[in-house]
Amino acid sequence: MTTVIEKNQKSGRLEVGTPLLEVKDLHVEFHTRDGVAKAVNGVNYSVAAGETLAVLGESGSGKSVTAQTIMGILDMPPGKISQGQILFRGKDMLAMKEEERRQIRGQKIAMIFQDALSSLNPVMTVGAQLGEMFRVHRGASKKEAREKAIELMERVRIPAARQRVGDYPHQFSGGMRQRIMIAMALSMEPDLIIADEPTTALDVTVQAQVMDLLAELQAEYNMGLILITHDLGVVADVADKIAVMYAGRIVETAPVRDLYANPAHPYTKGLLRSIPRLDQKGQELYAIKGLPPNLLKVPAGCAFNPRCDVATDLCRTEIPALHQVTDKDGKELTGRRSACHLWKETLHG
Amino acid sequence: MGSYVLRRVLQMIPVFFGTTLLIFLMVYTLPGDPVAALFGEKAADPAVVASIKHKYYLDQPIWKQYLHYMGNLFQGDFGTSFTGRPVTDIMAGAFPVTIRLALLAFVFEMILGLVLGLVSGLRRGSVQDTLVLILTLLVISVPVFVLAYIAQTVFATNLGWVTPTVQNSYDLSQLMLPAIVLGSLSLAYVARLTRTSIGENLRADYMRTAVAKGLPRRTIISRHLLRNSLIPVVTFLGTDLGALMGGAIVTEGIFNVQGIGNVLYRAINQKEGPTVVGIVTVLVIVYLVASLLVDLLYAVLDPRIRYA
Repeated sequence: MTTVIEKNQKSGRLEVGTPLLEVKDLHVEFHTRDGVAKAVNGVNYSVAAGETLAVLGESGSGKSVTAQTIMGILDMPPGKISQGQILFRGKDMLAMKEEERRQIRGQKIAMIFQDALSSLNPVMTVGAQLGEMFRVHRGASKKEAREKAIELMERVRIPAARQRVGDYPHQFSGGMRQRIMIAMALSMEPDLIIADEPTTALDVTVQAQVMDLLAELQAEYNMGLILITHDLGVVADVADKIAVMYAGRIVETAPVRDLYANPAHPYTKGLLRSIPRLDQKGQELYAIKGLPPNLLKVPAGCAFNPRCDVATDLCRTEIPALHQVTDKDGKELTGRRSACHLWKETLHG
Repeated sequence: MGSYVLRRVLQMIPVFFGTTLLIFLMVYTLPGDPVAALFGEKAADPAVVASIKHKYYLDQPIWKQYLHYMGNLFQGDFGTSFTGRPVTDIMAGAFPVTIRLALLAFVFEMILGLVLGLVSGLRRGSVQDTLVLILTLLVISVPVFVLAYIAQTVFATNLGWVTPTVQNSYDLSQLMLPAIVLGSLSLAYVARLTRTSIGENLRADYMRTAVAKGLPRRTIISRHLLRNSLIPVVTFLGTDLGALMGGAIVTEGIFNVQGIGNVLYRAINQKEGPTVVGIVTVLVIVYLVASLLVDLLYAVLDPRIRYA
C-alpha cells in the first residue's frame, strides 16, 4: 500500500536526503459567507529525511493551512483544496482513499500542535493517549501500551514517568505537556514531523529546551521536520532552509544562514529588522507598516506592495514570479528564490 | 473527596429542615378546616371535631405540631392520614409505581435523546439535524397535557394499541405510553444539549489531534468525542431523575397512574396535611441525594474537577 521505504538496514532509520514530501502548486480556499478567502495560492516546497524546513509567516499567511492540508486535518468545508498535489514518497496523498491516508497519519507523518493543553484530551490520562497509538496501530495490549507510554515519556525526559503515566494533561506544566505531544508524534517513529508553532505557548527558557529536544530526536531518527513558526529566533538554530510565506504564497526560500545574512525580499528584510536587538537599546524598534492583507481581497499585483517601502507601479499590477536568485556575477545561488520584482536591488543594493 | 462528601451531607441538613418547615407551615396554615371538610355537608359534632383535632395534634400551636411531626419522622413515622391509614402505607403503595414510571421515562429520554443528539450533532445542517431540531422545538413548546391527550387519541382511540388509561399501575407495559409522554420534554432537552455539546467538541483541538494520530473515525467518536460531550448531558440527566420522580402529577393524572403524583394531587385537594408533608419530604430527600450524586459523578467524568 505505502511505497517501499529505503530505511537503513541496520538501524531501521531513514537515509539522510531521501526525499519525503513535496508540495506542488497547492491552492486552498475557504468559502465563507463574505466570499472566498484564498488562504494558499500555489505553494511549493519539499522536505527530505534529516532535513528541517522552517515555514515562516504571520498569522493568516497560510503556513498552518498548508500544514493542515498535508496532514489531512483541514476542516472541509469551509476549506477546499482547489488545485495542487502533495506527494509523500512520490505518491499523491490528495488522490488517496481516506483509509490509506489514515494509515499515513500518525504513523508516517505526525504533527505537533501549538497549544498542548487544548490539543490533549482533557479526560484521558496522558498514558492512555500515548498508549492509544500502540493499541490502534500496533494492536498492543493495555499493559504493553502502558509500558510503551512510559518509555516514550522517558525518551522526552519527563521526570518520574512511571509515576506520572496515569496523570491527566492539566496536571502537567506547559513544557511537559508539549513534551508529551512530541512523544506522541514520535511514538510510531514517523518519517516526517510537522510542528505547528510548537513553542509559541511556552516560556522562553522552556522554548529552548523543547526546541533542543525536538532537534535532537530529529537527528537521531533522521526524520524530516517542517517547523512552522512566526518567530525568527526559533528557526535560526535548528532549520536547514526557510520558506517565508505571505498572503498564501511563498515569497522567499533560502538556506537559513543566507536568508539571515542577506534577504532577497523586502518582507523578509522587514521581518529581520523588526527583531529586537540588544545593541539597539534606546532606539525605536522597526515595525513593518500596515497590516497583513484581508484574504478576501488581496491587493492586486504583489500582495505585499501596500506595506512595501520600495514598491513600484509594476508591483501594484503584476504578481511577481518566484525568481531564481543569482549573485552579483550572475551565478545561481542554490536553493534561493525570491518572489520580488526588485530582488536584485533588495539583495545587492 | 471524603471531606467534600461529608460537607455536602452536612449542608443537606439545613436544607432538609428548611424545606420541611416551609411545607409544613404552608399546608397547616392554609385557610380552611381539614376536619370540618371531613364531614362534608353535614354539621359536625363539636365534641367529635375536638377529639379528632386532639388526635392529630391540630389543637396545638403550629410550632409544637412541627416539632411533634419531626420527632415522629426521625423514628420512621410519617403520621397518619385523616382517613386513618398510615402515610408510610400510602407511600409504600404509590412510590414503586412512580419509580417504575420515572425509570422508564428516564431510559427512554436517555437512549433516544443521546442517539438523536449524536446524529444531529455529527451532521449539522443535514435533513436529520433539521428534523430533530423542529421536533424537539415542538415538544418543548407544547404543554405536557396536550402531548398526553394526543398520545391517548392516537395510540388508544385511533390505533387501539393500548387502553386510554392505565388499568394496572404495576404493569410495565401499560406504563410505557405515560412514560414516553413524561420523558418527552426532557428527551428534547437531552437531544439538543447533546447536539450542542457534540458540535462544540467536534471543533476542539484535541479532536484534531485524534485525527492527526491516525485513529479510525469510530474510535475518535466513541473514545474522544463522546466522553467529553457527555459531561453536561450526564449532569442534566442526573438532576432530571429527581425531577421525574416528583414531577409526574399531570401525566399520572391523565393516564390514571396510581403513583405519587396522583396521591399528592388528591391529598392537596382534600387538605390531607400529613400525606402532603410526608410525600414532599421524601421527594426533597430524593432530590438532595440525586444532586449530590450528580456532583460526585461530575468529578468522575471530568478529572479537571477535584473537590477539596
